[in-house]
Amino acid sequence: MPELLQFLLSGITVGAVYALVALGFTIIYNASDVVNFAQGEFVMLGGMITFFAHAAGLPLPLAALIAIIVTAGIGVALNKLAIEPARGAPVVSLIIITIGASIFIRGATQLVFDKQLHRFPAFSGDQPILIGGATILPQSLWVIAGALAVFVCLWLFFTRTLIGRAVLATANNRIAAQLVGINTNYVMTLSFAMSAAIGALAGVLVTPMTLTGYDVGLALALKGFAAAMLGGMGNPKGALVGGLLLGVLEAMTAGYISSQYKDAAAFVVILAVLFAMPQGLFGRKSTDRV
Amino acid sequence: MKLSLTTTALALVLGLAAPALADIKIGATVSETGPASFLGDPEAKTLKLLVEEINAAGGVNGEKLQLVIYDDGGDPNKARTFATRLVEDDEVVAVIGGTTTGTSMAVIPVFEDAEVPFISLAGAIEIIDPVKSYTFKTPHTDRMACAKIFEDMKKNGITKIGMISGSDGFGASMHKQCQAIVGDYGIEVLADETYGPTDADMTPQLTNIKGKEGIQAVLNPGFGQGPAIVTRNYAQLAVGLPLYQSHGVASDGFIELAGAEAAEGVRLPGTALLVAKLLPESDPQRAVVTAYKDAYEKATGKPVSTFGGYAHDALRILVDALKRAGSAEPSDIRDAIEATKGLVGTTGTVTMTAEDHLGLDLSAFRMLQIEKGGWKIVE
Repeated sequence: MPELLQFLLSGITVGAVYALVALGFTIIYNASDVVNFAQGEFVMLGGMITFFAHAAGLPLPLAALIAIIVTAGIGVALNKLAIEPARGAPVVSLIIITIGASIFIRGATQLVFDKQLHRFPAFSGDQPILIGGATILPQSLWVIAGALAVFVCLWLFFTRTLIGRAVLATANNRIAAQLVGINTNYVMTLSFAMSAAIGALAGVLVTPMTLTGYDVGLALALKGFAAAMLGGMGNPKGALVGGLLLGVLEAMTAGYISSQYKDAAAFVVILAVLFAMPQGLFGRKSTDRV
Repeated sequence: MKLSLTTTALALVLGLAAPALADIKIGATVSETGPASFLGDPEAKTLKLLVEEINAAGGVNGEKLQLVIYDDGGDPNKARTFATRLVEDDEVVAVIGGTTTGTSMAVIPVFEDAEVPFISLAGAIEIIDPVKSYTFKTPHTDRMACAKIFEDMKKNGITKIGMISGSDGFGASMHKQCQAIVGDYGIEVLADETYGPTDADMTPQLTNIKGKEGIQAVLNPGFGQGPAIVTRNYAQLAVGLPLYQSHGVASDGFIELAGAEAAEGVRLPGTALLVAKLLPESDPQRAVVTAYKDAYEKATGKPVSTFGGYAHDALRILVDALKRAGSAEPSDIRDAIEATKGLVGTTGTVTMTAEDHLGLDLSAFRMLQIEKGGWKIVE
């Protein structure tokens, strides 16, 4: 029984990491239908900038804040310099631009910082918390709390605020949105800034557990993307549930079947779900009007 | 008049070119950037630093060394292109490099065909087994690391172990090598788990190992962030058994990543370079590793790494061979490298033979234990 609980706690820990990354995908996707493949790089930047600011002598909370603000700035720059000039291009081209941006950011990080792995101390120590014979690290609770908080904020943002609805309207029909007075350029810039900030926050929270380095972004983005697809792209609830589900699936497979098939089992389930529900668990139905 | 002018010009050109021709041209293809850059970067820095040092001291056999170095980015295709370029365009007399097993295996056929000696900096045993006449290497093999660990286990009366291996190239290769020789030491592997190189949590695998009856120690062949996370999870679950890591994480960075508290008591085979300051005065490697460590850290401002040490040894072997051969003909150099005897490097004392193109034995590894965030030699 303690085994099952340990697998579950491990799954939730890893799942919360995936969920945090997946949540970052939702805003940009909602604003522009673009899957931002540089999202993992935002997570990496959050961790790397925090580490180097902390190593330079700044207290951890301040270092984290700087990392989030700088990364948000990089998100804005990405939109202004790469996405906006290609405005008329189809979504696929924009997605390819984000892949290019991710390679660029990785290379630049290598040069600006270094090629080593790094970690900064956990927020509330490394003493594991015992729950019924199983253990969880305090940092995992921070990650879980972070994922929940971001989820609640996003949900409120999209359903309760005017600007959140403006984001959704921009995605739905850019010209119509402009006609009703929405500044779509501003909406795009804002969504990149927010996505980058959420990514950086994820990086700050997960680095004490998963470590950071210039090349960790790709793997995180891939799992986060899988989680977002499973839950339904663009839906914060989907990102949260998809992430947790993916994490628990992996942990259970590693625990009860074989650690060799951990990733395979997770992706088989994702495929099965997407066959039955192509929009993911909570995705919006795509209805094309002609 | 016109003719004499041309002749003068020609003589001038030849005159200028002559000293360059007299240089001994050696080549290198390492992964300065890309996924293996943390290996290739110190290797490149080491080669440049040492060549400068050697030339400042008068070169080899009165001739200056000229280093032609390419960055293959860890891509075997690129490495092969550069290998061809080194042989055909740069006409080097010997090549150091192949940071990873992948790039090394890709370039070996080029150098074997061209009959240019090649000293690889990669780990896998496949590079020198079977022996290829122009191919050598400096790092010890995974199998030697396994043997060193199993020897230590046997000494401590450990006969039943659990393994948790990374599924990346390094982890998988070492896992295979360890499995192949574990029986020779009377040790049984009761649990055999794996994890992905970028996984964030290994507690399920470790819970299963912990739950297996009779396991006395755990071995984690791996590389990069995986072993650090395994070590942290191991402490989190309070497994309480000796934990052995591999030479893949033998660096100060590992203690930092895993945290001194979680890493306390972890054992691993490492090279003399890592514990330069702890070696007894009588140790033959002490002078060599201290000199290299000081020179590297002064020149780059970064801590020395085992991987740079591989490049250091490769260049020393090559220079030693050039001196003994007294010629810069590739085939003479090859013969001289094969006759290397008692050369003290950072990874060990190298004595090559026609059957052994690595020339290291188990004494090259030191069994180390992490204590209070530092290293301790336990033998």
